[in-house]
Amino acid sequence: MNNLIEMFSYSFMIRALIAGVMISLSAALVGTPLVLKRNSMLGDGLSHVAFGAFALAIALNLTPIWIAIPIVIIASFFILKLNSNSKIHGDSAIAVLSASALAIGTFIVSLTGANIDINSYLFGSILSIGNNEVFLSLILLTIIITIYIIFHNKIFALTFDEKFARAIGINTKVLNAVFAILCSVLIVLGMRLVGALLISSLIIFPTLSAQTIFKSFKSVTIAGAILSIIAFTIGLIASYLLSTPTGATIVIVNLFTLLVLKLLSCLIKE
Amino acid sequence: MNLISLNKIKLGYNNNIVINNLSLNIEEQDFICIVGPNGSGKTTLIHGILGLLPLKSGNIKFNIEKTQIGYMPQETAVDSNFPASVFEIILSGSLNNHQNFYSEKTKEHGEEILKLLGIKNLKNLSFSELSGGQRQKVLLARALMATQKLLILDEPSNNLDQKSKQDLYKVIRNLNKKQKITIIMITHDLDHGNLIGDKILSLHDKDYFFGTTEEYIRKVHHE
Repeated sequence: MNNLIEMFSYSFMIRALIAGVMISLSAALVGTPLVLKRNSMLGDGLSHVAFGAFALAIALNLTPIWIAIPIVIIASFFILKLNSNSKIHGDSAIAVLSASALAIGTFIVSLTGANIDINSYLFGSILSIGNNEVFLSLILLTIIITIYIIFHNKIFALTFDEKFARAIGINTKVLNAVFAILCSVLIVLGMRLVGALLISSLIIFPTLSAQTIFKSFKSVTIAGAILSIIAFTIGLIASYLLSTPTGATIVIVNLFTLLVLKLLSCLIKE
Repeated sequence: MNLISLNKIKLGYNNNIVINNLSLNIEEQDFICIVGPNGSGKTTLIHGILGLLPLKSGNIKFNIEKTQIGYMPQETAVDSNFPASVFEIILSGSLNNHQNFYSEKTKEHGEEILKLLGIKNLKNLSFSELSGGQRQKVLLARALMATQKLLILDEPSNNLDQKSKQDLYKVIRNLNKKQKITIIMITHDLDHGNLIGDKILSLHDKDYFFGTTEEYIRKVHHE
């Protein structure tokens, strides 16, 4: 208990907790349609692109976040476009883009010798989050929650059956583009939390876990959001108490949650 | 009254023309079965009518609003393990570009459709728990939420056993005869197509046949 009181007496811990809860919640909400549309790897691909963009920004001595956000948004549109083009499959497009971005990023880092910050973007540095990022996370979460409240039914229609949604007149292109933008901003902000290599887990795990127990879109969305916040908070506290890397600990808690729920659902079925 | 008129339409993908120079009129309360082998362009044609695929040439004249056209895709178009309740799926049929929420009236309408199709007991079940026949009825109910004027059904009896197939055909026939809903249905199942459709569009060869079921049977016997 004393350890916990000590932990939250540090202002950087409070910032990490607030920003982390907001990013985890945002990731779970954006993740639900991505996972259910079998587009989970989009997050992974974009995080590698973000890494490349960060490396470029650092090499050019520019503010990384403002360079990375537009580049990742452009990459997400590019992937969306390739997804709708039957000549190249979405998974190949993501693989090509992520491998190239990672290679370009590493190349730039080795040429310029900028290596200190890049390391924290690969593996996360949640404890060094500043007020600026807390504020941006709050804006992102507010936008995502507002979109969910207004468009929840359309998000369901688009996720369940995109062709039908188009046939009844829903503007699926705009909705897909909005999600690509949100996903891009989320990844750039979330990289500080768990790093480029692990950020997609925050998008994927909560929905997968919720899906093992809940069977309606609404319940999966809500349960995924709650599980995501719980897993983040437990991961953050555990990493402090065990002196383990925060990003990795959060992902392990998410993995543990998924395995336990999967086991529970198997037991319920029997 | 003509609901939809196709005038020399051409449809396809890149350089591959699948539907070439097809003209026909779809009239109110028609029950048209579209038949033809795999690759003859059945689904391509309905995607063209629905506006999901642009026409390469020709034109389509609509005497009804596009929002009055209900669509039931092939069962394989949706993920059977998707976490969605039956009522969530059915209500989504009532959405359009301007509507984001479901009113109480829409929910009541959803209940009526569940009753009409005899699937009230499925309302709160998950889509993944349903049998093939039940899933088809849920997708049909979703199409009915969009409209009660014209329904386009893409192989609704696919993967169904004989009993479920008969059961579904009975429901569709009632929608046409009792609810006066115009139906365009793709089917592989020509025997049943003969039994329930009033008109047949055959895409078997490039000089398409469009006429009454009786005319089609006579034509097939002659050949």
